[in-house]
Amino acid sequence: MSILDSKIPSGPLADKWTNHKNTIDLVNPANKRNIDVIVVGTGLAGGSAAATLAELGYNVKTFCYQDSPRRAHSIAAQGGINAAKNYQGDGDSNYRLFYDTVKGGDYRSREANVYRLAEVSANIIDQCVAQGVPFAREYGGLLDNRSFGGVLVSRTFYAKGQTGQQLLLGAYSAMNRQINRGKIEPFNRHEMLDVVKIDGKARGIIARDLVTGKIERHSAHAVVLATGGYGNVFFLSTNAMGSNVTAAWRAHRRGAFFANPCYTQIHPTCIPVSGDHQSKLTLMSESLRNDGRIWVPKKKEDAEAIRAGKLKPTQLVETDRDYYLERRYPAFGNLVPRDVASRAAKERCDAGFGVNKTGEAVYLDFASAIERYGKEQALIQDLSNPSDSEIYDLGKAVVENKYGNLFQMYEKIVDENPYKTPMMIYPAVHYTMGGLWVDYNLQTTVEGLYAAGEANFSDHGANRLGASALMQGLADGYFVLPYTIGDYLSKDIRTGKISTDSPEFDQAEKDVKNSINKLMSGTGAHSVDYYHKKLGKIMWNKCGMSRNAKGLEEAISEIAELRADFWANVKVPGSPDSMNPELEKAGRVADFLELGELFAKDALTRNESCGGHFREESVEQDGEQKGEALRDDENFKFVSAWEYKGEPKDAQLHKEDLVFENIELKTRSYK
Amino acid sequence: MKLTLKIWRQENASAKGNMQTYPIDGVEGDMSFLEMLDVLNEQLINKGEEPVVFDHDCREGICGSCSLQINGEPHGPDRLVTTCQLHMRKFNDGDTIVIEPFRAKAFPVIKDLMVDRGAFDRIQQAGGYVSVNTSGNTIDANAIPVEKELADEAFNAATCIGCGACVAACKNASAMLFTSAKVSQYALLPQGRVEATTRVLNMVEQMDKEGFGNCTNTGACEVECPKGISLENIARMNREYLSASLKG
Amino acid sequence: MAILLLSLKFVLQNFEKKTIMGIISSSIARKVAMALSGLFLVFFLGQHFVINLTSVLDPDTFNSWSHFMGTNGLVQGLLQPILIFGVVFHFIMGFILELKNRNARAIKYASYKGSTNASWASRNMIISGLVVLAFLGLHFYDFWIPEMIHKYVESHPEDATRYYAETVHKFESPVRVGLYVISFVLLALHLWHGFASSFQSVGFNNKYSKGLTKFAKIYAIVIPLGFIFIAVYLHLNQLPH
Repeated sequence: MSILDSKIPSGPLADKWTNHKNTIDLVNPANKRNIDVIVVGTGLAGGSAAATLAELGYNVKTFCYQDSPRRAHSIAAQGGINAAKNYQGDGDSNYRLFYDTVKGGDYRSREANVYRLAEVSANIIDQCVAQGVPFAREYGGLLDNRSFGGVLVSRTFYAKGQTGQQLLLGAYSAMNRQINRGKIEPFNRHEMLDVVKIDGKARGIIARDLVTGKIERHSAHAVVLATGGYGNVFFLSTNAMGSNVTAAWRAHRRGAFFANPCYTQIHPTCIPVSGDHQSKLTLMSESLRNDGRIWVPKKKEDAEAIRAGKLKPTQLVETDRDYYLERRYPAFGNLVPRDVASRAAKERCDAGFGVNKTGEAVYLDFASAIERYGKEQALIQDLSNPSDSEIYDLGKAVVENKYGNLFQMYEKIVDENPYKTPMMIYPAVHYTMGGLWVDYNLQTTVEGLYAAGEANFSDHGANRLGASALMQGLADGYFVLPYTIGDYLSKDIRTGKISTDSPEFDQAEKDVKNSINKLMSGTGAHSVDYYHKKLGKIMWNKCGMSRNAKGLEEAISEIAELRADFWANVKVPGSPDSMNPELEKAGRVADFLELGELFAKDALTRNESCGGHFREESVEQDGEQKGEALRDDENFKFVSAWEYKGEPKDAQLHKEDLVFENIELKTRSYK
Repeated sequence: MKLTLKIWRQENASAKGNMQTYPIDGVEGDMSFLEMLDVLNEQLINKGEEPVVFDHDCREGICGSCSLQINGEPHGPDRLVTTCQLHMRKFNDGDTIVIEPFRAKAFPVIKDLMVDRGAFDRIQQAGGYVSVNTSGNTIDANAIPVEKELADEAFNAATCIGCGACVAACKNASAMLFTSAKVSQYALLPQGRVEATTRVLNMVEQMDKEGFGNCTNTGACEVECPKGISLENIARMNREYLSASLKG
Repeated sequence: MAILLLSLKFVLQNFEKKTIMGIISSSIARKVAMALSGLFLVFFLGQHFVINLTSVLDPDTFNSWSHFMGTNGLVQGLLQPILIFGVVFHFIMGFILELKNRNARAIKYASYKGSTNASWASRNMIISGLVVLAFLGLHFYDFWIPEMIHKYVESHPEDATRYYAETVHKFESPVRVGLYVISFVLLALHLWHGFASSFQSVGFNNKYSKGLTKFAKIYAIVIPLGFIFIAVYLHLNQLPH
């Protein structure tokens, strides 16, 4: 029997959440005034949780490293947010959203959690509209929907290409209302550096004021971590520069188990790396794959000529092009799920067919879409015998209307006109499904310590569907955590204020200060970025889109070596007692250097291919699916939850068996 | 390419700052402006000097963190981009680039090129929200139809990223474009109309308290805004403010 | 128009409620007050121009209108003080705005390219305004002060036909005409931004504003140009001494 208790309520799937809410303990309003909650991170999950907890009457302190809660990286989400509203009347339901999410996650998520997510999804849309979030509307004045990859219905609500921004600003506005009422005390430009545990319970945090460098103590009856994902362990990703694992990792070191660290989503349509100076990668929305066709040259010599700049892609005739997704997956074509599309691009580029200087790019071509739309428009407008250029202009206008802002963004970055030459794209690290292990109540293995949003592992299994991250963040923050946390806090109504003047706080503060001093006292051979980039290279090459035992073993030892080198030789200029971005980065990279090793260890342990985790040893050997990912339900139908035991190599694995009572496990096929 | 950078250096909020000159070589056109500064900082660190501090985060033009005055313009010479989206191909070999923080009394410098834009947060806290609790029992999202044109206009106002370029560009350091964008978003939607009167009065009062200058309709904010927020929002806010004052 | 009236009502209410300090405390109220006083002056300018134009068209009409303006009790007792108050208010408010705005950016930019994002006229209202103010000083010295002395100090009997000759005489000096021309150019720049911008200030921004802005821009050019024409015309058509 595992020591992990997921606390899934009994009863039929559809009734679990309602029954659970009816039976958990509540805190009466007068008592809430005496209870403090710390929320770390102010993105969709943290911002919405903080606002809702404050509305309920708790005293909330929020922490974020940015200068304002509004800048959390949720803001960068483009496409949309799913909700089982069934406004389109196309047969959507809570069950269907639940089913799509579990299947999309390659059957590695918890049924009860996902069903609850689907159940509250509709409330999110109601809530956001009431807050004044300007979703896209139809001419009749009702909300518009679009569809996303991997599903058969149209359930995605959106605000042009800035859905994340609008939803985050909604949560931020709810926070502002509570700040104005004095129920939230915001600590911006503050970074959490440790969790303080008293009698086994999370009772506060140690944070550094990034402006003054002061190390501060903050106490509370419960601590919520909503600190996002750890994609930046790869150095290059679509995450913000400051996105980090530090809060989650320090919690892990204090006893919170880390679940499925190897589940990473690598998004197929990003702008390729242009050189060594690159600091981050930019995503081009998945929606582009609706109209763009992905290809590489059929002949290697053509690819070489293109790389050398001797040949232009537009000069290649149709028969010399390999539309490899359409070739390999005739049923889904260019709209296969993200993990499949990413691996296919890598396969072609590894085989020598890449099309940019570095050989790591494929084409996303809109020429045929422009022609198709152009002809359609010519027909609609009754043009007889339209010329090629007329058709092009008409078609271009349609494409511009649909994707204009993305094309403009591409042109700014790459300096090429994507209406004329095909776009170049390549997969990039985008989202991490893994995170702190939580039970049904979103509590970690440390009592009183909760995790929400991308920071937890709970709902996406081994692969996340498009437009589901926003849904999960807001579901956790608005509708799940504020209620489940009450069950825990109901036992704290007589505790009174937690003092920060205790040996536990003394010790935690001392630990943080020691670690900072250690970082400042390196011999100064290399900058923080030097190590971060090295770590990123190891991760990308050996723990990236395709993994094997040998590479993972190498990664484990290389990361351990790099970590030792880092602690001895890193150079952190400036002083710890003032604004010092290099020191902030150093602390984060130190944690990435531990997480990276655990990541590789987890990937090595999971000798199956599922979702974003692809093991070369585990592929279909024959039949129609030959060469495709092979899941191993018999041996790996569990959540890996790692317990910290000092060095990452000593981490201890705990398994939470996944029970599927409502869904039959199947092979995902897109052929 | 080879460039000469003139950068404002200031140790902390109370210190006196000055312009420092740094030569930099090997800059490529494909680099973003911030990646060029990354290269400079790497060089400074290796030389044992303190790197230049500046705000940045998402590096894809949406978080609103980056905030540099480049050659006399917020976010530099390109239009409809933030500093992180500005690429070095907009400059020529041998250029001298002057880099300063966004300057306004309401945006005190924290260090070097990093400023404190907390004033913007406080303006929002004064009323930039709809007072609705998270109950899960609000009316259905489709219960109140909203004219598409109004919804789109509200969205356009809501795309403001709060970077402060409007303040930085304005010769008066006025925050009217920022404030009016939020006022407009809510004023245009039925959900926001309910509290329109108190909202505009409170937000403008807070804006004035923060020490921003007065709008004199030069239009510089609209030109420099990386998201193209329209001056119409300012007219709308003036209107809202007048009618709110008459009511109040 | 309704908006203008509402705004006026608002300003008056503010006067009652919080006196002048009330207006000075809110940036938008200041802006509106600036716009309304500006619009009032724009209206006055048009009226002044029409009377002056008669000096070119028909000296007799000029004399009779000037006589009316100079002797009518309502004009002298009520409109003239309002006008003077309007000018003084617009000037003081403009000055306060300028000081406050300068104060809003304590440390100036080492490099500031205002010309890339805003017109010269819009950025230099204080300069064009001060020139116009200086011109008003000259104008008062030329006409208003002698007029006051004529009427109230020396108490000459009213001669309804003296105005034309006096006016023409004032434009004999090419230096004075030159100063007038320069001032009118600056006035044009002041109006070029100020007139159209006052609509934005009072919140008037709808389907009519494009046309209105066009009208304002034409007005900003035509009226000062007309004044220049009159000054030059009178200079070239001096009466025999």
